[in-house]
Amino acid sequence: MKQTLKTVPLSAWIGILGISLCVFAALFAPWISPYDPNQILGDPWAERSPEYLLGLDNLGRDLLSRLIWGTRMTLFVATVATVIAFSMGVILSLVAAVMRGVVDIGLSRLNDLLMSIPTLIFALIVLSALPQTLGVLIMVMAVLDATRVFRLGRALAMDLVAMEFVEAVRLRGEGTLWIVFKEVLPNAMTPLLAEFGLRLAFAVLFISTLSFLGLGIQPPTPDWGGMVKDNKDGIIFGVSAALVPGMAIAVLTVSINLVVDWLLKRTSSLKGGRGDG
Amino acid sequence: MTAPRSDTPVPRTLARKLHEIRSDYPMGSRILGRLLLGLVLLWASSVLIFCGIEALPGDFATTYLGQAATPQAVANIRAELGLDQPMLTRYLAWAGGILHGDFGTSWASGQVIADQLWHRLGNSMLLAGCAAVIAVPLAVSLGLLAVLYRDRWPDKLINLVSLAAVSLPEFFVAYLLILWLVVQHPVAAFPATVYDSMSIWEKLHTIALPVATLVLVVIAHMMRMTRAAILSLLSSAYMETATLKGLGALRIIVRHALPNALAPIINVVALNLAYLIVGVVVVEVVFVYPGMGQYMVDAVTVRDLPVVQGCGLVFAGIYILLNMAADILSIFVNPRLRHPR
Repeated sequence: MKQTLKTVPLSAWIGILGISLCVFAALFAPWISPYDPNQILGDPWAERSPEYLLGLDNLGRDLLSRLIWGTRMTLFVATVATVIAFSMGVILSLVAAVMRGVVDIGLSRLNDLLMSIPTLIFALIVLSALPQTLGVLIMVMAVLDATRVFRLGRALAMDLVAMEFVEAVRLRGEGTLWIVFKEVLPNAMTPLLAEFGLRLAFAVLFISTLSFLGLGIQPPTPDWGGMVKDNKDGIIFGVSAALVPGMAIAVLTVSINLVVDWLLKRTSSLKGGRGDG
Repeated sequence: MTAPRSDTPVPRTLARKLHEIRSDYPMGSRILGRLLLGLVLLWASSVLIFCGIEALPGDFATTYLGQAATPQAVANIRAELGLDQPMLTRYLAWAGGILHGDFGTSWASGQVIADQLWHRLGNSMLLAGCAAVIAVPLAVSLGLLAVLYRDRWPDKLINLVSLAAVSLPEFFVAYLLILWLVVQHPVAAFPATVYDSMSIWEKLHTIALPVATLVLVVIAHMMRMTRAAILSLLSSAYMETATLKGLGALRIIVRHALPNALAPIINVVALNLAYLIVGVVVVEVVFVYPGMGQYMVDAVTVRDLPVVQGCGLVFAGIYILLNMAADILSIFVNPRLRHPR
């Protein structure tokens, strides 16, 4: 364990630090945020002061408090959506790879179809017909993300299923579920973990984009994308309030990407590759 | 790994004929197959876009009327918009109309959608086209530069900067640029609203910032993908052989690497052009640019379904077309298919 800790590069530590900071803010939001995120405290876009560390927003609410509560909302939606997407995508892809035949063809073609429309456009189409509630939002993101996971999972599983040990288990008479959970899944875990990170970063960007367009998390609930939207008109007057939540999004996604980068490098060296990719 | 068996007797002649055609014209038949697949995808996505919206719960008439939704009023609106017809009839009418270039009329404004759509599509294409013209050569050469200086400081720098750029949301980049180039050093224009009466130079000046945003966002993706594609190529066995038998660097690159690198690079470019189409949506909203993305977002906000369906189909069509073009081009540049054995 000590050995593995030593090999973690600096960039990955920075990433882990950034992620921990966001998770900490999300978990302890009620205790660390100085003010109520929805309470109007002063003039719109008041300058930063010792009292209000990041200044006030377009309605005179404390920007720091909203940022901390926004972390909770953004991280929660992104994580839940990614977890659902992952469970769905991985299980379906493994089933497709193990069962082959009609199941595989059906699932793969459906996946191709869903992927033939750009994610954001698809989300816009669906959200134009559905009520914009939190549950709907999470499910839409999860289903769209699951298509990408499915594609990777199926490619990984197809390679694994062709291996001798899976054939041996099949001949031993084990069922589909055994093969999926005891043979294929453990071997596909590391690349899938890296993919989970990538998907999470994508989900943070995606929910922020939707909220920015006014179609994601609805006000007054604070979230990062929505805060950019609230404060965007200040930019022309030189008020940088909209850049603060934008910066938070950037810090989180860069952190996740740094960790993923390290994970991907680690997997390529594990496989005995040349470490070039 | 068993080969598919072809000894079933019934459709033998037809199957053999097809097989012969495919082995005689491997490139032609693949391209034809890909074209057909594109058409099928386009049709299927039109069904998905139309029926998806229709099948979802939530009714425009009820939403539109709000508190005043008496059963009679709802029925009136539904009849007026043709919503009382069966779904198949409406799909056929909608799809048939689109084949004639008729996207129907907007529920919110009552205007003909097609006029607005083509006008705004032109605007969006101007934006995406300018961004592509700048971003593609820049990204590919930066990617090659990173490969040439692999694991030395230029590569590390490019890698780090592009990793950060990939992680930034489009609107953050856009507002940073606005704050810097409009508020602090007023050289660029905001908002980027273009009119038909503007000359081409005025237009280009107006759209400079949105184009810059798109370039910055797309370049990092494209560069990273180019680098990865070339690197995976360089680590292949025949490249090692070429180096070991003492060929010069130029000859290795031009004769051995380039023909094989074309396909992945074309793929990278096409994928990112498709990405550009989506990136346009956010950038147009930020810069208040009268393009198709803005049109669609506005329509989604007021639940103007015919507009959403029309825009969605056009976006999906462009996306499918670009992916198809990428596949067909990489069939073209594949030496194994160009010179069948």
